[in-house]
Amino acid sequence: MTTSSEDVLLQMGEVRYKKGDGTLYVMNERLAWMAEHRDTVTVSHRYADIKTQKISPEGKPKVQLQVVLHDGNTSTFHFVNRQGMPAMLADRDKVKELLQQLLPNFKRKVDKDLEDKNRVLMENPNLLQLYKDLVITKVLTSDEFWSTHAKDHALKKMGKSQEIGVSGAFLADIKPQTDGCNGLKYNLTADVIHCIFKTYPAVKRKHTENVPNKLPESEFWTKFFQSHYFHRDRLTAGTKDIFTECGKIDDQALKAAVQKGAGDPFLDLKKFEDVPLEEGFGSVPGDRNVVNSGNIVHQNMIKRFNQHSIMVLKTCANVNSGPSSMTNGTNNATGPVSQSAYTNGLNGKATATATATKSQPTDTVEPDEPNTKKQRLIEKIHYEDLGDPLTEVNEDSSNGDGGQPKQFELSKVERYLNGPVQHGMYENHSEKFSLEDVQYKLVRNSESWLNRSVQRGVICPKAAVNALGELSPGGTLMRGFQEQSAGQLVPSDFQRELRHLYLSLSELLKHFWNCFPPTTEELEAKLQRMHDTLQRFKMAKLVPFENRAMHELSPLRSSLTQHMNQLLRTANSKFVTWKERKLRNNR
Amino acid sequence: MKISIDGLLVYFPYEYIYPEQYAYMLELKRTLDAKGHCLLEMPSGTGKTATLLSLIVAYMIEHPETIRKLIYCSRTVPEIEKVIAELQNLMVYYERECVKPPAMTGLVLSSRKNLCIHPEVSKEREGKAVDGKCYGLTASYIRDKHELDTDTPICQYFEGFSLEGKESTLPIGIYSLDDLKEYGRSRNWCPYFLARYAISHAQIVVYSYHYLLDPKIAQVVSKEMTRESCVVFDEAHNIDNVCIDSMSVKINRRTVERSTNALNQLTKLVQDIREEDTNRLNEEYQRMVQGLKDASVQRETDMIMANPVLPNDVLTEVVPGNIRNADHFLSFLRRFIEFIKTRLRVHHVVQESPAGFLKDISAKICIERKPLRFCAERLSSLLRTLEITDMTEYGALTLITHFATLVSTYTKGFTIIIEPFDDKTPTVSNPILHFSCLDSSIAMAPVFSRFQTVVITSGTLSPMDMYPKILDFDPVVMSSFTMTLARPCLLPMIVSKGNDQVTISSKFETREDTAVIRNYGQLLVEVAKTVPDGVVCFFTSYLYLESVVASWYDQGIVDTLLRYKLLFIETQDNAETSYALMNYVKACDCGRGAVLLAVARGKVSEGVDFDHHYGRAVLMFGIPYVYTQSRILKARLDYLRDQFQIRENDFLTFDAMRHAAQCVGRALRGKTDYGIMIFADKRFSRQDKRSRLPKWIQEHLVDSFCNLSTEEAVQLARRWLRRMAQPFSREDQLGISLLTLAQLENMEQEKLERQAQGKEGVGGQVQEL
Repeated sequence: MTTSSEDVLLQMGEVRYKKGDGTLYVMNERLAWMAEHRDTVTVSHRYADIKTQKISPEGKPKVQLQVVLHDGNTSTFHFVNRQGMPAMLADRDKVKELLQQLLPNFKRKVDKDLEDKNRVLMENPNLLQLYKDLVITKVLTSDEFWSTHAKDHALKKMGKSQEIGVSGAFLADIKPQTDGCNGLKYNLTADVIHCIFKTYPAVKRKHTENVPNKLPESEFWTKFFQSHYFHRDRLTAGTKDIFTECGKIDDQALKAAVQKGAGDPFLDLKKFEDVPLEEGFGSVPGDRNVVNSGNIVHQNMIKRFNQHSIMVLKTCANVNSGPSSMTNGTNNATGPVSQSAYTNGLNGKATATATATKSQPTDTVEPDEPNTKKQRLIEKIHYEDLGDPLTEVNEDSSNGDGGQPKQFELSKVERYLNGPVQHGMYENHSEKFSLEDVQYKLVRNSESWLNRSVQRGVICPKAAVNALGELSPGGTLMRGFQEQSAGQLVPSDFQRELRHLYLSLSELLKHFWNCFPPTTEELEAKLQRMHDTLQRFKMAKLVPFENRAMHELSPLRSSLTQHMNQLLRTANSKFVTWKERKLRNNR
Repeated sequence: MKISIDGLLVYFPYEYIYPEQYAYMLELKRTLDAKGHCLLEMPSGTGKTATLLSLIVAYMIEHPETIRKLIYCSRTVPEIEKVIAELQNLMVYYERECVKPPAMTGLVLSSRKNLCIHPEVSKEREGKAVDGKCYGLTASYIRDKHELDTDTPICQYFEGFSLEGKESTLPIGIYSLDDLKEYGRSRNWCPYFLARYAISHAQIVVYSYHYLLDPKIAQVVSKEMTRESCVVFDEAHNIDNVCIDSMSVKINRRTVERSTNALNQLTKLVQDIREEDTNRLNEEYQRMVQGLKDASVQRETDMIMANPVLPNDVLTEVVPGNIRNADHFLSFLRRFIEFIKTRLRVHHVVQESPAGFLKDISAKICIERKPLRFCAERLSSLLRTLEITDMTEYGALTLITHFATLVSTYTKGFTIIIEPFDDKTPTVSNPILHFSCLDSSIAMAPVFSRFQTVVITSGTLSPMDMYPKILDFDPVVMSSFTMTLARPCLLPMIVSKGNDQVTISSKFETREDTAVIRNYGQLLVEVAKTVPDGVVCFFTSYLYLESVVASWYDQGIVDTLLRYKLLFIETQDNAETSYALMNYVKACDCGRGAVLLAVARGKVSEGVDFDHHYGRAVLMFGIPYVYTQSRILKARLDYLRDQFQIRENDFLTFDAMRHAAQCVGRALRGKTDYGIMIFADKRFSRQDKRSRLPKWIQEHLVDSFCNLSTEEAVQLARRWLRRMAQPFSREDQLGISLLTLAQLENMEQEKLERQAQGKEGVGGQVQEL
């Protein structure tokens, strides 16, 4: 059953594994389980293989212990003790504690990196192949491989973590719980705090100023919950609170933004009226309303709603004002909106202009404004199904992105395809011939057609047929054109190996050529290294492949590796020349 | 494409055409042939402007002696710019297709604020300030002064223009505001005066309604327009209100105070001038004695302070003796203002006719009717004589004189109502004198009589028979077009109850009911959950909006709503609303989606388009009646009943429904666009309201959609949205709602017309979901 060198540290009966009863043995170096009435161990795990153990939560009817191995497999042991739940729990806890003591001793110094590397290799078969070709055949060492070739992959893990978006109702989600006696309890999580800081930068500033110097954290948040941010209908004019200052800052920011004016002339309501009536004119009931309801609370509340929405929008606008391709991407991904190409085109155009106007600096508004306005105008009058508008935006101004790209119209297509033809040919037509002259010339010319010179003897039919046979595909003279059948003649495993060789060679060559011109010390060192690597590659991989090819396929197949050899030769010669030059300079 | 409309060759700048555009052109041609007026309703977003322009330009080319000029009037500056852009598009097409393109000049005329290129003057934000500064640099006496003393600042652009600009004509082409500014900059001419000068020669003029309808402005700007012109009023559903506004005056205590101050200033000025330079005043006196109308001496640069009355009603007589002298005139005005002050000291509402008011004036302060009629003119001449450049201080005084002239000229169709306080704030004493015009035909009549063809068109003119009555004209053609659709791209629904079966309505009695408000809130939340991108909601009034939003906040609905979409609300401040609108647009573009709460008669509902993803659903919360307790409204209704036999209820419903239709029509633009229109009030389902919706909406409003609860409406919307999301290409539309030239020629003309006007269905019934 067990080898003699193992001591059983704990033996636990009444343990079920996979619905079978049995006994669990905790030994020196491993964990084993044997089914009842059996002699041999069914399950055995070495501690070195075990990553962690887990137990089932409190309150569950089943008392279980799970062992997770490094390679992901798990084994679950179910403790059943006839004496009831407490006994089962006691059993399990005993095993658990013992394991807790033992496992750390055997824990492999798991190289987290190694795991990652494995994972990366598993995910990228190309990379795996490269690895196999280069490292396992000792062309490159493992470290070199990871530092140069797989740099991108290794770093990918530490890429930009995505920012979570801010929901419009994040404040509402902090559901208050009554505390029993006239108090309210609000649960703040880190996410909500993050959202609050992102949406209201004024609050963030106050937080950094006041906490923990002047106010403790809890008091800060208590005040926050009493402030107008949370109760939109509270007036802030009176109290001197840190949050009233925040309110004032927000108001000022809003006013400044409003003053700056709407960027879009079609949305600026003030520009709508052309000849506004004088004050006092016009008395249609209800229309000219400067009807002040006087209800300042309501008006404040409405203003706060607008402010809140605007600020939430700004948080995602920071992400959006990046590369314009991202905005287009988000646009095209808007949910179940119509798939019609027309509307998306319109969206795309609208956002293109929107990002264009955003990216242009505001002080050069003057020359750009009419152009973007024109662009917007053209969009507005554009009916997609009727046809495209004919007017195009002027592109002579400094506006870089211009309007729609001008259609490229070719008047003479042949000249584009074949290059300009000599004009000389057309010159001849400038002469005018009379009809009689032309006829005369024709007749004279055609007389000579019947006269055949002796050399133009027609060959005999047999020779002609032979020549034809040789010139058709498969004949003796057409042997060179076998390229199209090369793909079929070379077996697939050779193809695959060839492909792998090319991959690895290209990778190495890329790094080699990257080193030129070697301006720094490290580049020179790298260059040297790459050269040696290339030599090794050649020896290790290329030559055996060639030999195999020669051996197994027909001798003509040597041309398979011709190109690769050429590449290596060029690299080699370049290196040699560089080396010589360097030595010459050093002397 | 080039099509033939009843024998006329029309160049239409697109390759495809909608059937209703074709039918529209036919009707328009009939009107032009008959040299009469017409009333045409075409659904919004079907290319009305392009159709109008192509037909009228073609007609002008073909029959240049019948129609010499096209005057296109629109409401807001963005719309005017759009028209010019369409015109440019059309002209480019003509150049491409025509052997000899037509030689047409077209331009925009707008206020100085939009056209000034002087670096300092154009920086002002307010229109009045720009006008004032401009006048300060270009008035005739300033220019004279400059010749003596070159230090007085003048406007170089105006000088440039007056030297050379009048001799040259504007080169052929279509000029938008920016083009005019560019042209002016390149030649150092003032674009505003250039435009004013050029409109008498140009073939196509585009400007705002006021330049034609407001008597104060129309006389100066539009007096040289020929009779053989075609005038088009676009988006004209509100035109009667515009007419009324231009002739109504409101005076409150502040106006009176300011005018008193201005009067004191004037008196002092007159005294100063009397000591320094009596010549000027004497010249003025002589001029008046001889009856030389100031108009002839008036140089074009002087402020537009013309008579507030219509040209026919301006007296051509000599200014009466008791106001010729400056001092006498000023004391005359002082007496008048005192009278107004006393009249304002009332404790109850007074309503009287102008005749009664005049009788009161003559009894109390012995002022006759005739000198009152000359008030406005006299004041403007005095201000000119005194060489006053900054008009902003005299605005109140100008108002009073205009009021004097108006009240003495018109006895019929106007009323005076003096209220001691505003109804909404009964405790604050704020007496106001309303001089309101009741009859919109007064301002329109000269336009109808002066010009040969007037076209009134809009997307929401229903019910159409109301307009000839209140505008007092007789149209030759009156038709309404529907939208031929290949897929039902609008979904109008009437939601009359909430999920708890409580009827929802904005009726006054049920307005404050929490159940109703909660139902509205839930409807909005459900719609926000189901509909992607932007949702726009219209309330009947601003107060109602405020109170509903406050209740929603208390009920927690706003938080639920914020979870799905961002929320933007229209405020009474234009700048803030513009900024909120911009952010709404941004939110829709970036995919977050947003809800916009607006008011039915506000700026947003009249000027801003919510096409495509900016407005996928429009909710109308309630029926947007005007404030029915207003006395002015009551006076108007009485007048309409007496004069035109229009029942009050009819008019109120007409007014409410046209605003509702206008609001929901904002969501649709073009046939590839689609939108949900929800009318959230039980009263909409009644026949008298339903039948007043425009035909193109009524067509899709089947009976089964007329009495829905919130849940049902959302279900329908969900299914419909999925259907709309299917790919829809041009080929699907061809033959039904979009025609190529070949298909157009094949279809019989009459069949096309009938279909377009909705008298015959297009290939079957309205498709059910």
